Amino acid sequence: MLTVSLQHALPGFGLDVQFEAPPGVTVLFGRSGTGKTTVIQAVAGLLRPDQGRVTLNGEVLFDTSQRHWLPPHKRRMGYVFQEGRLFPHLTVRQNLLFGQWFAPRSAKRESLDRVVELLGIGSLLQRRPGRLSGGEKQRVAIGRALLSAPRMILADEPLSALDEARKAEILPYFERLRDEIGIPMLYVSHSAAEVARLATTVVVLQDGKVQRQGSAAEVLGDPAVLPAGVRAAGALLEARVARHHPDGLTELEAGGVPLFLPQIAKAPGSQVRVRISAHEVILSRQRPEGLSALNILPGTVENVRTGSGPGAMVSLRTPAGRVLARVTRRSAQALGLEPGANCFAVVKTVSIAPEDIGSGG
Amino acid sequence: MLSLRVSLWATLAALPLAVFVAYALARWRFPGKQIVNSLVHLPLILPPVVTGYLLLMVFGTKGPVGGALQQIGIVFAFRWTGAALAAAIMAFPLMVRAIRLSVEAVDPKLEQAAATLGASRVLCFATVTLPMILPGLIAGTVLGFAKAMGEFGATITFVSSIPGQTQTLPSAIYTFLQVPGGEAAALRLTLVSIAIALSALLFSELLARRAAERAGGC
Repeated sequence: MLTVSLQHALPGFGLDVQFEAPPGVTVLFGRSGTGKTTVIQAVAGLLRPDQGRVTLNGEVLFDTSQRHWLPPHKRRMGYVFQEGRLFPHLTVRQNLLFGQWFAPRSAKRESLDRVVELLGIGSLLQRRPGRLSGGEKQRVAIGRALLSAPRMILADEPLSALDEARKAEILPYFERLRDEIGIPMLYVSHSAAEVARLATTVVVLQDGKVQRQGSAAEVLGDPAVLPAGVRAAGALLEARVARHHPDGLTELEAGGVPLFLPQIAKAPGSQVRVRISAHEVILSRQRPEGLSALNILPGTVENVRTGSGPGAMVSLRTPAGRVLARVTRRSAQALGLEPGANCFAVVKTVSIAPEDIGSGG
Repeated sequence: MLSLRVSLWATLAALPLAVFVAYALARWRFPGKQIVNSLVHLPLILPPVVTGYLLLMVFGTKGPVGGALQQIGIVFAFRWTGAALAAAIMAFPLMVRAIRLSVEAVDPKLEQAAATLGASRVLCFATVTLPMILPGLIAGTVLGFAKAMGEFGATITFVSSIPGQTQTLPSAIYTFLQVPGGEAAALRLTLVSIAIALSALLFSELLARRAAERAGGC
């Protein structure tokens, strides 16, 4: 358990956050420039905040009121930077083993073989970082952090310097860190898709303050929390893989409701989490018939939020969980969408993109 | 040969301090940094004779430091060690400049990364910074060595030109030129000095290239 309490003056605004990160993956979620990186750097010891106190499993990492400051090399935090920061004068293998020289003998450590296998970097070991692609560098950086026998992994937007294809390549490795290694993680991100796939707990930062904290499904399903903008809104459903169909579809089961999506590489019975983008959901008051969309979720309107624009965000309670739908204000009025109204959410199978599906946890 | 010994000692003795000062000037912020910087560069700007005279005042047997050192048996004035001291002080700024540039070229973010992996400051310097500045370090050392070999003004002021004791290559050439018929000897020494300079340069190029290859790859 990591507890964080920080005050720090940043250009233009003051950072003032308190939160707790229980075991699992805690994602610090917010737009750029809300102080996320400052928080994670203070936890790592790379930045001295004006005031604050951070503890990890009861041990005080720093406490400005007692002038206590543990230097970064004694904190044993595995830091994965945005840009890799591999050592150019060492081979991949030497980079990976770098932290092992310094880790205390007693520390529980991962074996090189296991990490290399987990990250799929066996063929890179003799190479120099300069000859690696962006995705490869990032995988090596994850391995290097993991092999330093850290008590926790800190990841500062580790995917933001990568293109979409590379992001999709790296994200599963963080899931494996969470599910197979089980190491606690503090992960900074401004992407709702990353939150949906990784987070056990989400801490939403806005203008230097904690706006909301909760489980991924709770926070992403809350229409009031839209740090990544209305376009990125979308709720998270927990589901179980029911079966794979021969026509290339995978059937999930979420709260007794079937969900069809393009085939995914997960065994039947495994838990997955699916993010449904709010702008991909169509609402209908009657059960639609003669429609090409395969996924129809019955539900009840919880609330309808409107802003100054033409759009409305409808929050719907369904047996599968909460679903958000982005519709126009005009349709919301025409359909009579008010709290308590029954309606159906329609989701096209192909609108569920692979990057929106993560393993459950 | 005396000249080689003087220059070698001068460079070797000055090197650790030069690395430390260069690192401090490149990385740390401390009060009086500008003053330290100016002091380091002073021998480069002052006329060498002035430096030599200052050395004589401070390190001479009647000087405050020289007198104290004499008590424990270390004498600089009019000894080859004095020639080495003068050469080291003259070579120091050049070494610091070259090494500082290469330290500044190392991304501090890499040092941060090393710290998060558990490396203390000293270990971080030894495992990350030092290997990465190696080419600059070699270049600085050779530059310093060359300067030490060529040092004339401060040396002759501080320790004079005593054959077999403090007579370095440049001061020997100068002495030969002062006597009639000495041109042949002077020319011989000139050729020796060219040979030493060229081989030092080639050697450093070789080392720097190998270091760059090891550090490189990107």
